[in-house]
Amino acid sequence: MDNNDRRIDRVEGTAIPLRGNNIDTDRIIPARFLKAITFDGLGEHAFEDDRRSMPDHPFANPAYAGASILIVNENFGSGSSREHAPQALKRRGIGACVGQSFSEIFLGNSTTIGLACATASAADIELLMAAAERDPEAVMTLSVEARSIQAAGRTLPLNIPGAVRESLLTGQWDATGLLLDDFDTVRRLGASLPYVGGF
Amino acid sequence: MGRTLFQKVWDLHAVRRLPSGQTQLFIGLHLIHEVTSPQAFDMLRQRGARVAFPERTYATVDHIVPTLDQRRPFADELAEQMLAALERNCREFGVTLSDLSTDRQGIVHVIGPELGLTQPGMTIACGDSHTSTHGAFGAVAFGIGTSQVRDVLASQCLAIDPLKVRRIAVSGALGPGVYAKDVILEIIARLGVRGGVGYAYEYAGPAVERMSVDERMTMCNMSIEGGARIGYVNPDETCFEYLAGRPFAPAGAAFERAKTWWRSMASDPDAAYDDEVEIDGNAIEPRVTWGINPGQSVGVSERIPAPGAAGGDADAVGEALEFMGLTAGAPIQGTKVDVAFVGSCTNSRLSDLREAARVASGRKVSPHVKALVVPGSKDVSRAAEAEGLHEVFRAAGFEWRGAGCSMCLAMNPDRLQGREVCASSSNRNFKGRQGSPTGRTLLMSPAMVAAAAVAGEVTDVRGMLG
Ligand code: SF4
Repeated sequence: MDNNDRRIDRVEGTAIPLRGNNIDTDRIIPARFLKAITFDGLGEHAFEDDRRSMPDHPFANPAYAGASILIVNENFGSGSSREHAPQALKRRGIGACVGQSFSEIFLGNSTTIGLACATASAADIELLMAAAERDPEAVMTLSVEARSIQAAGRTLPLNIPGAVRESLLTGQWDATGLLLDDFDTVRRLGASLPYVGGF
Repeated sequence: MGRTLFQKVWDLHAVRRLPSGQTQLFIGLHLIHEVTSPQAFDMLRQRGARVAFPERTYATVDHIVPTLDQRRPFADELAEQMLAALERNCREFGVTLSDLSTDRQGIVHVIGPELGLTQPGMTIACGDSHTSTHGAFGAVAFGIGTSQVRDVLASQCLAIDPLKVRRIAVSGALGPGVYAKDVILEIIARLGVRGGVGYAYEYAGPAVERMSVDERMTMCNMSIEGGARIGYVNPDETCFEYLAGRPFAPAGAAFERAKTWWRSMASDPDAAYDDEVEIDGNAIEPRVTWGINPGQSVGVSERIPAPGAAGGDADAVGEALEFMGLTAGAPIQGTKVDVAFVGSCTNSRLSDLREAARVASGRKVSPHVKALVVPGSKDVSRAAEAEGLHEVFRAAGFEWRGAGCSMCLAMNPDRLQGREVCASSSNRNFKGRQGSPTGRTLLMSPAMVAAAAVAGEVTDVRGMLG
């Protein structure tokens, strides 16, 4: 796949509202599902324990089954560094997360797998959640380029960090190639460090 | 204007500025384990790539190892598969692996320091959020996801944004029975579980300077629970003493030269910080969590808050109390526990076991409590046994287990059943974290865990230390 195929400038689809602050990665994907050597099949287990214990959990609600935009509150994805969390969401069909704030590691992990994360004001998040609750069929359109989301007949501004936006728009969210571009410099820098080259 | 350790280490390891504005950062030490690496190695294979610096990469197995019967093949097929994959990957890509057949196996954040792999001034990455632990040595150490593990394997580099630095100075001295665990729980309660997002935490002040490296590791370990991806302490004589003679630490004249360089990496006295916070160490008492995130803790003499108190996040308090089955306004002391767990990368080092043993010595675990002690590494285990700590624990009714992550998370046979309440020296009290979706976790220091095991309920360890 070259970068052109990977470019993500918009995510369009229905939205799933998930209320609550500090929803941690153990809840997104409980640790017992990390016992595998691939990411395959993780989508099925997203929020498994929450779905079981809370029958009205949005991820247990068939009305939201095909949603591609996840709306959350504050500090979503806190806790462990497991990439399994965004992987599980992506494999369940989520292409973008819009929230008040994200944990740093979750945001980084999401970006490296092309899951777009954007933040919005508390008031706008409330508006988006209410819209998705009122009508689970309502289609929203998130534009990475314009940093905005269209929903309920309005266009709301989003905040997407520059580096995240850049990597999504250019398709370079997978950084390996970029990091290998100038490997001679990497090697030289490595050798110049006293703990590598020798004290 | 002086610079912080964070800025010095960052500048030294910056390869270049990427078009996205991020920094390409060289990673001095890459630690890997069985959970977050197999997919990364597969991605490497798909691209026909190699591990760029196998000699700067070190692997161990910890999350999935059973702590009772460690014979291969493991009873759990999936666990066996994961370890087999790690062995295959390390062999194929030329990475050193400390697995169960070696005497260096243990939790990745315990063995890195004890082998002397972790050193001041380094950048350290690992596919695990508690990589912040290694900051206790004045390293810039942080957790990464699996795709980033692939990036580091392939290039020894990461594309990453710099952080701001918040200096957290702990003044005064900690009282008897008060530990680093209590300090970090206090800090997280004060600054919030997302207070550290965007920051590296620099821990300083007299109380931190007096701490052993083990205690500093406990604090740095839980930085991530406060939202800070990185926590560190400036390297000093305590740190150098710890490193002297470790297998991978420089030796002889090189050690002396290293010390000079390590010292030069510490924050300058006139360094500018993005934020500064003061905590009064004298005022901290043993702490216990009552909720479902590590910020929800109180001093052991305090009461469980009511919805609307504790930061005002009323919904969150209500949800937590409902899940925990605790009553707003009731004292935390006297909360009944079913399980007591001393272990995890936060508190499973020799000094932690010693403190727990001090409490356990000559006492008995309450009949209704299942209590286990899980050393962080084989090295810790050997050292503890040499001192007879295992006998102290066994005589008191604790189980003495093999090294691993154990009951810190639900990836091995050690887990809570049903709604059990666990007094735990680990780092996360998230719903379901200890293996039962309805299991409940009370975080506290190892000494407080031992005290709870004996009393059968949360109790103030200060009454048990002679
Ligand atoms: S002990 Fe717990 S927190 Fe530490 S590495 Fe293991 S599972 Fe993670």
